[in-house]
Amino acid sequence: MKKGVMRPGHVQIRVMDMAAAVRHYRDIVGLVETHRDASGRVYLKGWTESDKFSVVLRETDRPGLDFFGFKVVSDAVLDNLAAELKAYGCQVEEIPAGELDDCGRRIRFDSPTGHDFELYAEKTRTGKWGVAQVNPEAWPRDLKGMKVSRLDHCLLYGGDLDGTLDLFTSVLGFELAEQVMDGDFRVAQFLTCSMKEHDIAFIRNADDGKLHHVAFHLDSWDEVLRAADIISMEDVPLDMGPTRHGLTHGQVIYFFDPSGNRNEVFSGGDYFYPDQEVVTWTADKLGKAIYYHSRELNDRFLSVLT
Amino acid sequence: MAFWICGSLAHIEHLVTDLVSKQSFSCHDGESLLSAAVRSGHPIIRVGCRTGGCGLCKVRILGGDYQTGKMSRSHVSEAEELQGYVLACRTLPAGALEFHSRTD
Repeated sequence: MKKGVMRPGHVQIRVMDMAAAVRHYRDIVGLVETHRDASGRVYLKGWTESDKFSVVLRETDRPGLDFFGFKVVSDAVLDNLAAELKAYGCQVEEIPAGELDDCGRRIRFDSPTGHDFELYAEKTRTGKWGVAQVNPEAWPRDLKGMKVSRLDHCLLYGGDLDGTLDLFTSVLGFELAEQVMDGDFRVAQFLTCSMKEHDIAFIRNADDGKLHHVAFHLDSWDEVLRAADIISMEDVPLDMGPTRHGLTHGQVIYFFDPSGNRNEVFSGGDYFYPDQEVVTWTADKLGKAIYYHSRELNDRFLSVLT
Repeated sequence: MAFWICGSLAHIEHLVTDLVSKQSFSCHDGESLLSAAVRSGHPIIRVGCRTGGCGLCKVRILGGDYQTGKMSRSHVSEAEELQGYVLACRTLPAGALEFHSRTD
């Protein structure tokens, strides 16, 4: 049941070298740099996104995910969900407006898989980058690199998948769209708050709080191949692809940023309506679920995390 | 250290040795220890992100000169770094080097 959580809104990624990270996310991935704040964080967005930023880079001594935030439909919903998260037993912290420049107050909460998430209702709206709001052209002509269109989702690793599933479905109104089952044991879960086949996903792992990847959207398989070409041209460390996943059926390529955080760019993928039954892949078909063509597992894709 | 003359360029090579597998191989000057290990064909160091973040290629240097780039503090603490622990993808040998490919 929808509870007013609209979509993924922002991710704050830890990087070890800001200059190298900005070159990667801006010039190679093709996000648009929109702001730098007094603490040195760099704000970026995909060109189709209407709010001012969706990706925040923070320089520190280790990579990984600081938090993943979802935009909710109104300030009243933000208050309601903050109260529900507290009642559920989450550690809830209200972060005042302006801690991230151009963003309203945020409700930060922890999760059974050890990740920090946020909800917020307000962010400065600047419109799609490079095209007008009235009579817009198809796309801006001066994009860089892979020209990703938007922040799409994250895949996170942690232990208590059942706890996080319950939190996201019962409190936040997400639905389980796809899963990987080892008998009765769920080893992966893909959750949605929209028509996308996933807005957030989790894989079961001994260590909590880990990032597997941050994903950005492309329009077509041709753009995924073009991204692969850029990965070679720029000598970016490739992880896997280009290929198709069985899970979600997206067309994908994975690579690493200069601090070891994994990125995905992808196109396609199934859609989701709330009257659909959960799609299940069985653990004995995990090779095909991840690498739909080769059907062979690659240890690095499953084990390398930040 | 050895020198090969190729055209007008002098290539400096460093001999690196894994004391666990007893394998020795050559590392170009300016090349990472991990890249040289992969190129040698000896699967003695695990290959992960190759950018200092994931910790899969952690080894311990036991002797020789080297430089390191940024390595995740989640995988190499300051104390460990002083004891020679490094991520091979971020380690540039600057001369003959001996290392231990297992850190567990």
